[in-house]
Amino acid sequence: MDFALTDEQRMLDETLTRLVADKVSFEQRRHMRNDSKAGADNALWQTFAELGLLHMPFSESVGGLNGDGTDLMIILQALGRGLVPQPYLFGLVLPGQLLALTASAEQQTRWLDPLLGGEHQLALAWQEVAARNDAKGITTTARRENDHWRLTGQKTLVMNLESAAATLITAKLDSGKLGLFVVPAASAGASGFDYRTMDEQSAGDLTLQDVELSNDHCLSENVEGALDEVLAIGRAGLCAQALGAMESACDQTLSYLKERKQFGQTLASFQTLSHRMVDMHLHLEQSRSMTILAATSLSLSCEERDYRIAAAKAYCGESARFIAEQAIQLHGAMGMTDECPIASVARHLVMFDHYLGDTDFHLETVSDRLDAA
Amino acid sequence: MNLTFTAEEQRFRTEVRQFLVDALPGDIQERVRLGRHLRADDHLRWQNLLSRQGWLAAHWPVEHGGPGWGPVQRHIFDEECAAAHAPTVVPFGVTMVAPVLMKFGTAEQQARYLPRILDNRDWWCQGYSEPGAGSDLASLTTRAVRENDHYIVNGQKTWTTLGQHANMLFCLVRTDPAAKKQAGISFLLIDMQTPGITVRPIITLDGAHEVNEVFLDNVRVPVENRVSDEGQGWTCAKFLLTHERTGIAGLGHAKQALRHLKSLAKRIEHRGKPLLEQPSFRQRVVKAELELMALEVTNLRVIAAARDGGAPGAESSLLKVRGSELRQELSELTRRALGPAAVAFFPEFLYGDEPLDESYATSAAASAQYFNRRKLSIYGGANEIQKSIVAKTILGM
Repeated sequence: MDFALTDEQRMLDETLTRLVADKVSFEQRRHMRNDSKAGADNALWQTFAELGLLHMPFSESVGGLNGDGTDLMIILQALGRGLVPQPYLFGLVLPGQLLALTASAEQQTRWLDPLLGGEHQLALAWQEVAARNDAKGITTTARRENDHWRLTGQKTLVMNLESAAATLITAKLDSGKLGLFVVPAASAGASGFDYRTMDEQSAGDLTLQDVELSNDHCLSENVEGALDEVLAIGRAGLCAQALGAMESACDQTLSYLKERKQFGQTLASFQTLSHRMVDMHLHLEQSRSMTILAATSLSLSCEERDYRIAAAKAYCGESARFIAEQAIQLHGAMGMTDECPIASVARHLVMFDHYLGDTDFHLETVSDRLDAA
Repeated sequence: MNLTFTAEEQRFRTEVRQFLVDALPGDIQERVRLGRHLRADDHLRWQNLLSRQGWLAAHWPVEHGGPGWGPVQRHIFDEECAAAHAPTVVPFGVTMVAPVLMKFGTAEQQARYLPRILDNRDWWCQGYSEPGAGSDLASLTTRAVRENDHYIVNGQKTWTTLGQHANMLFCLVRTDPAAKKQAGISFLLIDMQTPGITVRPIITLDGAHEVNEVFLDNVRVPVENRVSDEGQGWTCAKFLLTHERTGIAGLGHAKQALRHLKSLAKRIEHRGKPLLEQPSFRQRVVKAELELMALEVTNLRVIAAARDGGAPGAESSLLKVRGSELRQELSELTRRALGPAAVAFFPEFLYGDEPLDESYATSAAASAQYFNRRKLSIYGGANEIQKSIVAKTILGM
């Protein structure tokens, strides 16, 4: 039982925290929203590459730095604290880990090496409107025809679609199994509809109409296990990112309560407000515990891992919403303005629950396995 | 980071578990399991067994006769005891007054009282709260006036847990009414046999006699029974409140309560299916499970910090608030799980020695315990006080 960070991990945390403070202030983030240089060309992404951050969470066998769940937690927590808009999780970790688990050597050279090298970003399309958060109940199909595959279907909420050089797509095969394909951007028959999310991220829907892919674009003809593993990594990472944002919301709210005066005294001096602040802090600390639980569960058996991570994601989803709502309320009318820095944090904390399965979805997972627990 | 116990810690867990299997008397275990009150003799029998094993004074350093355990071992011990339905050690001597004596007592006081705590010759109780001094403890008015080599003590203490069995009382008294309120308080050790002491039961809303009022009427206490200097009583009291509170969440009890709830809800049928499959009930159990998972990791974080030399300060307030809320929710769910069976009340069985048919016995304690657990968010500093501590010391508000 050990909660201390190693020296390397402490350095990683300090480096990132400094970088985020320098490069991603509230004003700089506003500017980034309108930055034309998105994706891998973005200056901050290139800094990530120079710092080795893009190699960190991958195993040595694919050229990574062998980072574990704790390393991933440190990185995403720091990025979450500053609401850093770069798609570290969705554009790098999720598609990258899936490639690491499924791709052949040639496929890794083609897609994974440039990803880790900061030459391109990717995306993962696993969700469909009718299937909601269920990764398996999808209707996109892939049919083998002679020496190629043909994909038809529609994917939704594909994070980082716009900047992705290619998108990894799950599809049902004739075997009934789940397949995984890499679809380069601008493939004939693939059309994207890009939008911004409520919390200022880039996403899109992808329609595939008889998209023809050569055999070397098929990454796996049975990807369920690998997909579960990667979604678990993603959920643990998302909790860490939300934890960083929860810290930021609590810090900002506490400062505001200490500065803002009404009735001739600071808001912090009102007990009803200070106890609400303590409630936020309690939710934050319990979420930190659940995030640690998730981060340290990645190497367990799939049943144990998925149970703990579902519990963590459900718990953090509720906590994040609670903290966001309290933060808005305690900022008073200022908290309702887009100009107030708490606004972006609150938007992310509420919307975070929707990514990679929401609280209801994960509670169901915990509930299904309750008897065994 | 990792959440796993070392091989040595796991061996320790096995050793504790085996000891509990071998040593815990079946009749005591059964009383705890059914939620029945223990008689004074039950407490003493169990504590004598622990004492013989060298495990009674879990917090004590080796030189005073403790087992030399760290916070991790104490945590494991508490968990295993709760899981085995072992009684909780009555804390007032071994975990409350003893650390104060070790820190502030004279060599004579230590030599006189510590061995008597270690072999259960003395049963201590606490004289802190008064009718007019609850959360605002420092406003206490029990007065001690110096008369040669004695103090003459007059006043009233309340919420004195198990005072009906005790022969010793540690007591906060006001020695200087002119001083600032914390500065006028002293810490006295009082023999309950001294003339002028009356103990009167308080029956709580669960029908139980657990706490008492203690009246002190011209009670003569030798000056050598004062711990630390005159006016230093508040320092002793504060030390006690921050000393080793890593177990304050009651995690072992919460785990045991959740296990019990789940097995109950699997056994009890609702429309031909186990109650645990009823969606709205199951959802509340799931939420409790999540809260327990979070609380356990938070508790382990505090334990690891204590092990590595940090003192658990205000973090223990977080554990107390969340731990008490969870245990109260579990007592509520247990009562609800039993449904109609939770309504009948058998105080002579729960608090006395009357037998009760097995079909009633297993559910008899649920509602009483629900009401009893209300105390968790009130005693030891109400949860609202805990929140004010967090606001002040962690958040700087």
